[in-house]
Amino acid sequence: MTARRLLTPANAALAVLVVLLLALPAINSGFFVTFVLTQALIYGLIAVTIVFLTSHGGMISLAQLLFAGIAGFMFGNAALESGARGLNLGWPPWVAVLFALAVTTAVAFLLGALASRTTGIYFLMLTLVYGVIGYTFFAQVVTVSGPGGVTSIVAPEPFTDRVNLYYAAVVLSALAYLAFRAIGRTNFGLALQGVRDDPVRMSSLGFNVPLHRTLAFTLGGFVAGVAGLLNVWWRGQIDPASISIGPTLIVLIIAVIGGISYFEGAWLGALVYVLLDTYTDSIPLIDRIGLTPDRFNTVIGLMVLLIMVLSPEGLVGILERVRRGRGGASPSEHSIELPTTSPTPVQTGSGREP
Amino acid sequence: MVGTAVQSARRDIMRRFGALVVPVISLAALVWVLFLARGTTAQPAVRDPGEFAVTLLDGVTFAGLLFVVASGFTLIFGLMRTVNMAHGSLFLLAGFTAIALQQKMVGKTTNIAPEDVTLMSWIVPLIVAAALAALLGVLLQQVFLRWNQGQELRQALITIAISVVLADQMLRQFGGLAKTMVWPGAVSHFIEIFGQRYATSRLFMLAVAVVVGVALWLWLTKTRMGMVIRAGVDDEPMVRALGINVTLIFAVTFFVGAFLAGVGGVMGASFAGAATGSDGAWLLNSLVVVIIGGLGSIKGAVAGSLLYGLVSAFAPVYLPTQYTFYAVIFSFVLLALVLAVRPYGLFGRPA
Repeated sequence: MTARRLLTPANAALAVLVVLLLALPAINSGFFVTFVLTQALIYGLIAVTIVFLTSHGGMISLAQLLFAGIAGFMFGNAALESGARGLNLGWPPWVAVLFALAVTTAVAFLLGALASRTTGIYFLMLTLVYGVIGYTFFAQVVTVSGPGGVTSIVAPEPFTDRVNLYYAAVVLSALAYLAFRAIGRTNFGLALQGVRDDPVRMSSLGFNVPLHRTLAFTLGGFVAGVAGLLNVWWRGQIDPASISIGPTLIVLIIAVIGGISYFEGAWLGALVYVLLDTYTDSIPLIDRIGLTPDRFNTVIGLMVLLIMVLSPEGLVGILERVRRGRGGASPSEHSIELPTTSPTPVQTGSGREP
Repeated sequence: MVGTAVQSARRDIMRRFGALVVPVISLAALVWVLFLARGTTAQPAVRDPGEFAVTLLDGVTFAGLLFVVASGFTLIFGLMRTVNMAHGSLFLLAGFTAIALQQKMVGKTTNIAPEDVTLMSWIVPLIVAAALAALLGVLLQQVFLRWNQGQELRQALITIAISVVLADQMLRQFGGLAKTMVWPGAVSHFIEIFGQRYATSRLFMLAVAVVVGVALWLWLTKTRMGMVIRAGVDDEPMVRALGINVTLIFAVTFFVGAFLAGVGGVMGASFAGAATGSDGAWLLNSLVVVIIGGLGSIKGAVAGSLLYGLVSAFAPVYLPTQYTFYAVIFSFVLLALVLAVRPYGLFGRPA
């Protein structure tokens, strides 16, 4: 790939955005950067794995927060020398990081292999079951966590500093964005999209359909695990409630708000979510219409309902449509319908015999 | 072609492997429970048949409740391909409503004893609350799901959003504390089984589940509408082409499915109480049952409920005491075994 091809408006915009984000702490390193933005970047990094699996593999996964959680729990168990709960292995922090990512990736591979022969709605339900069983596991098995979770986790140097952690979140988010976009153009990514569109044909062309799905799921699990490490360093603790069914749905909702077929939508959705979560109570007169911060979930739910009813492509889809003018008739290259398993017309005689 | 051959051979191996592994594991589990389970809470069944009988009854009665909830979920999916992720919310709403109604009928809000509760002040709240859940279900279907029929994932996401809103509104309305529906005094006794006391309310719950199951079976097999629904499950376009009002059939099915969620909710509120979070837990239970049994199949709902009910009753009691908290893994092992052999569940078919 030549430098000329790399210099597209989209890449330039991304570069400018990353530089701006990296420069931001020089101006303001307060609450907004180290709390709101860091949190949004972490959420976005988890949600982008849902976007990747959905848009490239046709698999809507509700297990991504579980992988973030596994990485967090494993890091906590491995890195702490002493603590109220957990194994307290006391390993060097970077060994603990490797261990956490290895365990997360292995679990993602196993669960992915088990789910690899299902798609669509079945996949969604199965991954939700994974998520909740994972939550119950950590809530009940007191040797690794128990209901109270693992507390007083310290990030490895230099990420004890909140601004450095923010930098890490920016850099890792940018890397993940570029990597996921690049994967779409590799042989693996193209085959994966083929599997999404027509598994039967891909299978008869000699592609191993379950293996492609499993590997995509494993990759998604790994990236979610990285986000989980950032999350546990940022919070300093992790408990099972943080990966229960409610937060699991929130991560999906973040991907949906942004636009489930756009990588950039994951971070946009996360930013909108975190902003709403943080600042709902400061909107003037909001409590007059019954929307106190306690009723935050109603706001979020109604918002998702509105998006799903009006435009399933989410905020990025809406922006895209506005940007392209009102020529709504020509579908953009991104306007992937939500993958469905509804019966597609059987194509007869359209394929050559291999 | 080579790829297909290799894959079909591999699938064949998987199937044979499954056909071998499942009996071996079932047999091993049976031998363990019957003869070897020393150091567990229950002791081997041959030494303590009472504990075994009680655990078996626990499993079967819990399976009854599972069936009532999951059959509504699977009925809706079987006909309309709609995965109603708000099923758990309808369950919890019916539970809370029935509790409020029962407190009105008894005239007390706290310390309701079973003696205060007549059969009527259990059954009337049951029917009213289930009807409320059913009406809300039909409303949701008509407003949010009717016009996007066939877009499964969009419908799933819409119902997820609805469940988030409903959960939050129920928290506002009913508070965060767990509440319990009281079984009628007539069924709150204990009977003796192999020297163990056993609550008749659990048997009553099983009886209600059996009545619901039989009624559902009669409705689906013996009435004209039931036959139309079954025909719709097999070939919906054909039913439509024959001039049958499918829109009405869809609404009725959604009504019944949501009604079953409501009945289950009231039973669940009497059995384990209703609290914030029960909605998610029971959505999950329904999912596990239908994933095991096969989405859209009532037979599958029976099989799935029994398997899941038995495993979740036996695992904690027949594990060595220091490993009791690993019991949750066994429902996962069950799920994994079924999926490895039949990816679409025991009685399921690919969409």
